[in-house]
Amino acid sequence: MSELILFKNMSTPGFTPEISSYLKTGGYKTLEKALKEMTPDQIIDTVKKSGLRGRGGAGFPAGTKWSFIPKDPSLIKYLCINADEGEPGTFKDRQLMEKDPHQLLEGIAIASYAIGAHTAYIYVRGELAYSMKVLEKAIEEAKEKGYIGKNICKSGFDLEVYVHPGAGAYICGEETALIESLEGKRGKPRFKPPFPANYGLYGKPTVVNNVETLSNIPQIIKNGGEWFAGFGVGKSTGTRLFSLSGHVKKPGNYEVVLGETFRHLIYDLGGGILNDKKLKAIVPGGASAPYFTEEHLDVKLDFEAVAAAGSMLGSGAVTVIDEETCMVWTTLNFMHFYAHESCGKCTPCREGAPWLYKIVHRIEHGEGKMEDLDLLTQLCGNIAGKTVCAFGEAEVAPILGGLKYFRHEFEYHIREKKCPVKHSPRLETIGIP
Amino acid sequence: MISDIAKKEISGIVSHFPPEQKRSALLPVLHLVQKENGGHLTEDLMTEVAGILEITPLQVYEVVTFYTMFNQKPVGKYQIQVCRTLSCALLGAGKLVAYLENKLGIELGETTPDGLFSLGEAECLASCGTAPMMQINETYYENLNQKKVDDIIDQLRKKAGK
Repeated sequence: MSELILFKNMSTPGFTPEISSYLKTGGYKTLEKALKEMTPDQIIDTVKKSGLRGRGGAGFPAGTKWSFIPKDPSLIKYLCINADEGEPGTFKDRQLMEKDPHQLLEGIAIASYAIGAHTAYIYVRGELAYSMKVLEKAIEEAKEKGYIGKNICKSGFDLEVYVHPGAGAYICGEETALIESLEGKRGKPRFKPPFPANYGLYGKPTVVNNVETLSNIPQIIKNGGEWFAGFGVGKSTGTRLFSLSGHVKKPGNYEVVLGETFRHLIYDLGGGILNDKKLKAIVPGGASAPYFTEEHLDVKLDFEAVAAAGSMLGSGAVTVIDEETCMVWTTLNFMHFYAHESCGKCTPCREGAPWLYKIVHRIEHGEGKMEDLDLLTQLCGNIAGKTVCAFGEAEVAPILGGLKYFRHEFEYHIREKKCPVKHSPRLETIGIP
Repeated sequence: MISDIAKKEISGIVSHFPPEQKRSALLPVLHLVQKENGGHLTEDLMTEVAGILEITPLQVYEVVTFYTMFNQKPVGKYQIQVCRTLSCALLGAGKLVAYLENKLGIELGETTPDGLFSLGEAECLASCGTAPMMQINETYYENLNQKKVDDIIDQLRKKAGK
């Protein structure tokens, strides 16, 4: 596919994560050009023109985010790279880090120059030991060749890049929680405003960008903002990595031009439903995105189209669920996740997540009452929008989506006092996390 | 006690941050100290870390209790974590846990009497396209089935001489 941007290098036969391989593709030439021929403002402008939006989940325009950083050269600024990949169903950043680390590093160096940062921290999920090893080696290589460190490409620009491990907390993917964690504290989101652009790491102006967002930067600077904006549809420009998993024949990460449909992703690229069963549901953008059903197959993979259809494109994680799966059980699985991962800062979320879990748990196990369905709805209304970060909205998504499209399944469990599907005895019987 | 070798490594980590921000090194330092101590942290070690980073023991303790990767109780030489979140659950994570429990003769949250394996579960490990999967210490094992699990466990037993 000629439109490949992010996977272009790694889909070339013989390409390896080593710097020698990256240099053969013309790697780091763009950084050199940016440092020598472009001003920081010109870079920000190019990224704005590209329409690139954050690939972590929120979809905020990257160039605009950079432009919020104060221009005062006397201020210390930081770039933090969000590699805390943890949204259930997402595994794309791992592939970008492990297969093409220099593309990311080049993006980091260009972004740092654009915002005036001389230190960048890559905050990697603690579990991703191998990703960190690859990145550490890549940083060493880039330093040896003079693409990271003092006086990069003899431009006078200095940059240090460090890999920093998390330690197993989903919430650290939220940008202010990530900053708190990087400061050596519990990863609890900060109240916004102030936003990180003014008050970030150590209270200094900070940009937090996702791995995929930054991996796009070298190609955008090389080919121009208009070139990138030429792919996609409306405000969703470029390509995007979709992590396809669940009941699908060919799971994996696919780079798709924004504006294609879920049907294209699941059937053309993913080969259709496992064992040729029927599709029941799709999780269209990670656990925090309400379910879609078969009727949404022709919804376009574009931020606005998915939002208009009542869900969100989120982190690009598309999980496919077949006709034989119980949707109360899938919802219970997600609620276990949220009850486990709530950071405990805001009462509605801290108390609400385990409560939601308990209610869905009793419904799944045939001990629910019809009133529980109203209680669920009411509880969701008291959580969403009433917390410091978006975790509140996220944790109610499986419940609201579940009740919207699969209410009959919840009712069946309550009426018949059982789950119609025989599940493995483990996992769903574990108590409150 | 934290070894001198580890202390040297800690100085390296601390140098990533501004001099007045030593606390930032806490997570990587705790990983390092925990690994050196065979997989868990003690109160003494946490106090020692606090001293090195010039913060209070409480500031260390509150971090240790927040993040799931830090253990305050001994764990097996091989810490098995089965991913339990939806993509893995749809493809048999529950069966995988039941199989491991049966094979190892322990339940989730327990360690084998010989101290070799502990069995736990983890939330989404970003390996959903290769489900079901598990992590043993720092290594990912993906696309699992019973035969693969048998081979992995046998190999680790052999490696440990048991």
